[in-house]
Amino acid sequence: MKDLPAQPRDLDGNPVAPGLPMAMLAEITHRCPLSCPYCSNPVELTRAQAELPAEDWARVFREAADLGVLQVHISGGEPGARRDLAQIAESARAAGLYVNLITSGIGITRQRLEELDSKGVDHVQLSLQGIRPDMADRISGHPGSWDKKMGFAGWVTEIGFPLTINAVVHRQNMERLPDMIELAETLGARRIEVATVQFHGWADLNRKALMPTREQAAFARQVVNDARIRLRGRMVIDYVPADHHAVYPKACMGGWGSTGLNVAPDGSVLPCHAAGSIGWMRFENVRDRSLSDIWHLSEAFNAFRGTGWMTEPCRSCERKNMDFGGCRCQAMAIAGDARATDPVCSKSPLHAQVVARAEEDAGADTAELIYRRMKKGG
Amino acid sequence: MDPLIAPEDIPYLPRGVRLEDDRVRGIRVLQAPERAMQLDAIGDAILSELDGERSMAAIASDLATRYQAPEDQITGDIRDFLTGLIERRMVFVKSPPKET
Ligand code: SF4
Ligand code: SF4
Repeated sequence: MKDLPAQPRDLDGNPVAPGLPMAMLAEITHRCPLSCPYCSNPVELTRAQAELPAEDWARVFREAADLGVLQVHISGGEPGARRDLAQIAESARAAGLYVNLITSGIGITRQRLEELDSKGVDHVQLSLQGIRPDMADRISGHPGSWDKKMGFAGWVTEIGFPLTINAVVHRQNMERLPDMIELAETLGARRIEVATVQFHGWADLNRKALMPTREQAAFARQVVNDARIRLRGRMVIDYVPADHHAVYPKACMGGWGSTGLNVAPDGSVLPCHAAGSIGWMRFENVRDRSLSDIWHLSEAFNAFRGTGWMTEPCRSCERKNMDFGGCRCQAMAIAGDARATDPVCSKSPLHAQVVARAEEDAGADTAELIYRRMKKGG
Repeated sequence: MDPLIAPEDIPYLPRGVRLEDDRVRGIRVLQAPERAMQLDAIGDAILSELDGERSMAAIASDLATRYQAPEDQITGDIRDFLTGLIERRMVFVKSPPKET
């Protein structure tokens, strides 16, 4: 195993100054009973045998808390696919972290949910794939998912957890957004997160079936604005628009390696969940090193810290400390170069092409989906 | 900003919202779903008073005495601060118990 560099430097060798992380995404498994066609897991999924054991997670949570992490998001796949989920959650809370559980609601019984309550889970986020059985079951590829999810949501509020509804929107369900917000209200949610599909990984395979139109994006924005006024003080609405409709990119992860880290099921540590798409990047593993060393010294975390690594037009742009040049994974995917300006930025030479492709996909006449699945054998 | 709390209302931290020390950074934080908010000394002082029993008016009057500040001003500050948190669902409000 190669030693880590002694000093934090970006990929050009410029010295950088790592801050402290606030949040950690703990993807404890890639297994999931659903097969959403926009799943944010990588296309190469980790198998059960390669998953980090609960004792290792406990150590990682303690190291995370020592490093400054305040909140952990326990996610997957479906975290409930792990029999030792309650033990994992308990160790996160024992480490002093605020524990969010991000779940599809499938495969966690009421009894297990009560156990998670007694182990100190602070908050539950439930993903919904549609607002009626037909859409929910079709998108999740799981017949009966809707009824199970509604049952689960009921238990969440009966037990008393704060509930957030995660709603992913795309061309096939955008018109139903008002109903989705109403449903979240009926379920007693404190928050709803409305996120437009991010076209990485699985979702990228389904661009033609899921890409929203410009009119839909404008509609969603209006619905969100109206609902925020109507629901002020009752329900919080967070909205993530499609970024190619914007003039400037989002500050991905609040800046590379600045506030968050992501531990994958096998224990590798990534600056963002899609970073595996940057083919040349090597990721350290919590089985080999402390989280603190990985955060402060690993090449992956330091590669794009600061602004020294930037190319034009970012290098001389006045927004470079606001959006940090956007998303590295998107730059990799579209420009073929992870250090390029995020192609969704209107200053990128590739911007016109990105918009044209999105418009073309939005107009595609197909609803056919490629579902997420594990490769057979292997 | 239209206030979301009246003087006689009782503000409290609901389940899933915790006032805590951030031992690494040496600050106080309010932890809530998907959000950890850094608090200054005033915010911390206000939130530490929320016991689910006293009304906002009672809390304002206690803090006015303790910090020897005009009660009107303290009430206004608390109302604005809490309204911001109520909007984010980080503070809940209940009505005073009915007189019997
Ligand atoms: S997006 Fe769907 S398939 Fe992917 S982990 Fe979540 S629930 Fe499972
Ligand atoms: S050029 Fe770079 S820094 Fe400037 S707005 Fe675009 S992505 Fe952001």
